[in-house]
Amino acid sequence: MLDLLKIFTKPNKASKEVAKERLKLVLIHDRANVSPQFLEMLKSEIIKVITNYMDVDESALDIQLTRTKSDDGKSTVPALYANIPIRNIKNSGR
Amino acid sequence: MLGTDIARQALSLDFSIQEVHKPMGEVIVVTSGKGGVGKTTTTANIGVGLALAGRKTVLIDTDIGLRNLDVVMGLENRIVYDLVDVVEGFCRVKQALIKDKRYDGLYLLPAAQTRDKTAVSPQQMMKLCDELREEFDYIVIDCPAGIEQGFKNAIAGADSAVVVTTPEVSAVRDADRIIGLLEANELKNPRLLVNRVRIDMVKRGDMMNIDDIIDILAIGLIGVVPDDEKIVVSTNRGEPAITDDKSPAGQAYRNIAKRIMGEEVPFLNLEGDNRFIFKLKKLFGIKAT
Repeated sequence: MLDLLKIFTKPNKASKEVAKERLKLVLIHDRANVSPQFLEMLKSEIIKVITNYMDVDESALDIQLTRTKSDDGKSTVPALYANIPIRNIKNSGR
Repeated sequence: MLGTDIARQALSLDFSIQEVHKPMGEVIVVTSGKGGVGKTTTTANIGVGLALAGRKTVLIDTDIGLRNLDVVMGLENRIVYDLVDVVEGFCRVKQALIKDKRYDGLYLLPAAQTRDKTAVSPQQMMKLCDELREEFDYIVIDCPAGIEQGFKNAIAGADSAVVVTTPEVSAVRDADRIIGLLEANELKNPRLLVNRVRIDMVKRGDMMNIDDIIDILAIGLIGVVPDDEKIVVSTNRGEPAITDDKSPAGQAYRNIAKRIMGEEVPFLNLEGDNRFIFKLKKLFGIKAT
């Protein structure tokens, strides 16, 4: 039954497209040489800027290079993911 | 003082003119990063192709401890001295070179089997390459898998590089890493050889095609070798497939050898002979893909 439904839905993406997407993403990591030090540097720079405007929980800050669906939803694209818990917004920032 | 300086200049000028008359050999390293993609088969076939075209060629196996170019070439019973014996000064280069009696002007310098990669240094390889350059038109180096000492030795004396890959995620990824390392070591413009392409799978969309791979790696192409059972047969026999007129891979290697010699050769049509369908599509105004 599921197979029958498949006929009406979008056919499976060709496996070479999957290969290409995965390759492109893995190469972004490889080429950027995303070492823990690199992310640590990025993190401290981001904190520096953000703390001018708000009070954030630096110990809980999470930054990683990852992948996400593109705007058209057809493919995945690399993304910089940052989770920054805010403690308090500074008044002077307004 | 001034006089001797001028004399020296004149002398060096004289040398450069001589070099134009007798060009130095080119050192080409065949590398890939990932193992098992066909470096050794490629080295053997290119070597035979160059020799058949009348170029004096020497193949160097730098995979110390895991040598295989000798068996692929069918010369395993003729090894006396090896690469390590040469760099350690245990014998002269000429003594270690195995002359391939089937192909005029083709020689093999085998790797040592009972040593490891640290038995040779990049400096020693550079010296060896420079020595061979005087004697040979082409020096083709079979690089071991990996990016450690063996790789560093293999690329040390090279002028250019052929990067072998297959249309798989793992092999292309490693090729990318190798390209980066080659460029960091002043080996600019490496050329890509895509091996074991399955035309039927490419047509189905289950294998990356050449454009996909070139697009990702962004380097020039030296050749495309189709997956071919005859490679296994020829390796069984120790006779490189390039001499087999009926082998599609052999044909591809013949073209690659010509491109290495600077000839312009069109790439094999991997979509098969679609000319009829192409014309039909054109007739009906369908954009050919």
